[in-house]
Amino acid sequence: MPVRALRVQNLRKSYRDVAAVSGLDLEVRTGECFGLLGPNGAGKTTTIEICEGLTTPDSGTVEVLGLNWKTSANQLRQRLGIQLQETQLSEKLTVLETIRLFRSFFHRGPDPAACIGLVQLEEKRNSRVGQLSGGQKQRLALACALAGDPDLIFLDEPTTGLDPQARRQLWDLIEQFKHSGRTILLTTHYMDEAERLCDRVAIMDRGRSIALGTPRELVVSIGIEHVVEFASGGARPLDTGPLLRLDCIRQLEHHNGFIRLQVAELHRAVPALLAELDRQQMPLTGLRTHSATLEDVFVALTGRHLRDE
Amino acid sequence: MSNEAARTLANTPQAGFAAHPLAQLTIVRFKEFIREPEAIFWVFVFPILLAAGLGIAFRNRPADVLRVAASTPALAQALSGNKLLDVRTLPPAAAESALREGRVALLAQPAPEGGVILRYDDNNPEGRTARLLAGDSIQKAAGRGDPVPLTDRLVHEAGSRYIDFLIPGLLGMNLMGSAIWGMGFAIVDARRKKLMKRLVATPMPRHHYLLSFVLSRLLLLVVEVGVLLGFGAGAFGVPVRGSLSVLVLLCVLGSLSFGAIGLLIASRVQTIEAVSGIMNVVMMPMWILSGVFFSSQRFPDLVQPLIRLLPLTAVIDALRAHMLRGATLAEIAPQMAILTGWMVLCFIAALKLFRWR
Ligand SMILES: Nc1ncnc2c1ncn2[C@@H]1O[C@H](COP(=O)(O)OP(=O)(O)OP(=O)(O)O)[C@@H](O)[C@H]1O
Ligand SMILES: [Mg+2]
Repeated sequence: MPVRALRVQNLRKSYRDVAAVSGLDLEVRTGECFGLLGPNGAGKTTTIEICEGLTTPDSGTVEVLGLNWKTSANQLRQRLGIQLQETQLSEKLTVLETIRLFRSFFHRGPDPAACIGLVQLEEKRNSRVGQLSGGQKQRLALACALAGDPDLIFLDEPTTGLDPQARRQLWDLIEQFKHSGRTILLTTHYMDEAERLCDRVAIMDRGRSIALGTPRELVVSIGIEHVVEFASGGARPLDTGPLLRLDCIRQLEHHNGFIRLQVAELHRAVPALLAELDRQQMPLTGLRTHSATLEDVFVALTGRHLRDE
Repeated sequence: MSNEAARTLANTPQAGFAAHPLAQLTIVRFKEFIREPEAIFWVFVFPILLAAGLGIAFRNRPADVLRVAASTPALAQALSGNKLLDVRTLPPAAAESALREGRVALLAQPAPEGGVILRYDDNNPEGRTARLLAGDSIQKAAGRGDPVPLTDRLVHEAGSRYIDFLIPGLLGMNLMGSAIWGMGFAIVDARRKKLMKRLVATPMPRHHYLLSFVLSRLLLLVVEVGVLLGFGAGAFGVPVRGSLSVLVLLCVLGSLSFGAIGLLIASRVQTIEAVSGIMNVVMMPMWILSGVFFSSQRFPDLVQPLIRLLPLTAVIDALRAHMLRGATLAEIAPQMAILTGWMVLCFIAALKLFRWR
């Protein structure tokens, strides 16, 4: 098996006047879980569907498992596991019937019952798809992606719209697939999902990749370790000038009624902040801090947030 | 089970006929259909209710006894010589209103200048029949003889009643409806739900997807045709005089032609609303023009050649010829040719236009 499971070079795709993907390079190594993280409309689905052979790019090269869509489409389809962002499986069929159908398309793959076991839907095997919960439907979609024992799995926003419990359950499953040696490419706009599941992440914005690395590398790369958010309930607005002059504070912005500081050293920044508030005689009405996340990386790179709150 | 185990177990070959993608697609399509109660009603129950209702409403009664009125007992006496007339004597005013309200088909009154006045509505078939019967009995009662002796010998032949005309019409309508609706809704629904896109992302051979529609349609066809013809034969004695093989050929060809039309309609449409609209626009003229409920001969001569080219007309005309006259394959060849033409043209156009997403 090649070292690279997927290679995309200078990929471009436009829909009339919208450039969905504009000059994207990607490389996914065999055996890793790679994440495409980006806000709505970043071009994640367009990219992944080009890799899946569902959309033809305007230009650029795509090499999947060392093969090419133009010459080896059928061979590739046998080896890919795909979950689309918005497929609704037939509601009138049962879980087992659905898996049996998908299994029939592949030369090899687990027995349908075993496939259902992989996503822990055993007790629902004879239920109609229409009667499954959102999380169960998503797990069924995952089972369909596994029906051909794929070498490379594409998951497009596997947990969007699910409640926290269902998301965690899905994360556990995806982690298990990782350990079974499969390569996974997933898209998400949840930074916690990317941090938890992905070995490497490409942050996408407006059709291109603006950062690439392990979640840890990306967080370190922006030079901020922590984020401090505070609110001050004084009668007059706080004069933020002196705060910005402190060398331990990198950036300051107003966000949801809080003032948000990107900070390199928490142990110096917080006392300095408190001292400054005291000097201006402003009360502190809220204070929270967290270690920097991929969300903060995105904010640092684009000045925008991943999701509109 | 650990995932390593799952991966090694992953090479379980799925043997047997049922594991073939075409078999699976067909089974799935068939199950989806029979799990849809509305579809079952429209395809199986509705045509039978319609046939039963219309068959009873338009059944040929044994020659009706016609009610007629006479204004004098002497005239009543003369009229009652005919067994087919139910005569009553009514005073003039009552006779007048009975005639006007249609409770009697004819009123006989003595004419002031001698002779008899027969009053009836000549637009009403019952009135005209009553006129013939009444005239005949009055003349006979007055002593007219028959120069030529006539003998009646009655035949009640299956094949000439309204129900005999209706069942092939309903069968044709059903073949069209289930093929076009079955194809149109299923395809557009799968496209709308992105299920089609998901299937196209698998190694599923695309022609298997389309072929599965044909196969499940043919499976259902057996039931559909069997139920309607069985009902016609059992409840009304509607004949099927032609050979079974020609009937099968005709139904299969008809179903495939309508299926191709359905495929063409559904080839690009994205929403259920749009596809229902187009399907109705396509089928409505045929429901009216193709002679389901009454003979298409009633439309002006000018449009007859066009009506004959409609696929539903071809199916129904061929079915009627086959069932009622026992027509052979050669006799219904023109209709078969029309159906083949529709099938080939629509299928080619559909393949050109079809969008998998
Ligand atoms: N079929 C299409 N026709 C026209 N425009 C499209 C089409 N598909 C995508 N786009 C546009 O391309 C851009 C990228 O879309 P894409 O679906 O790839 O984004 P995404 O990152 O997957 O977003 P989301 O997180 O909302 O799923 C968007 O501006 C979208 O409107
Ligand atoms: Mg998307």
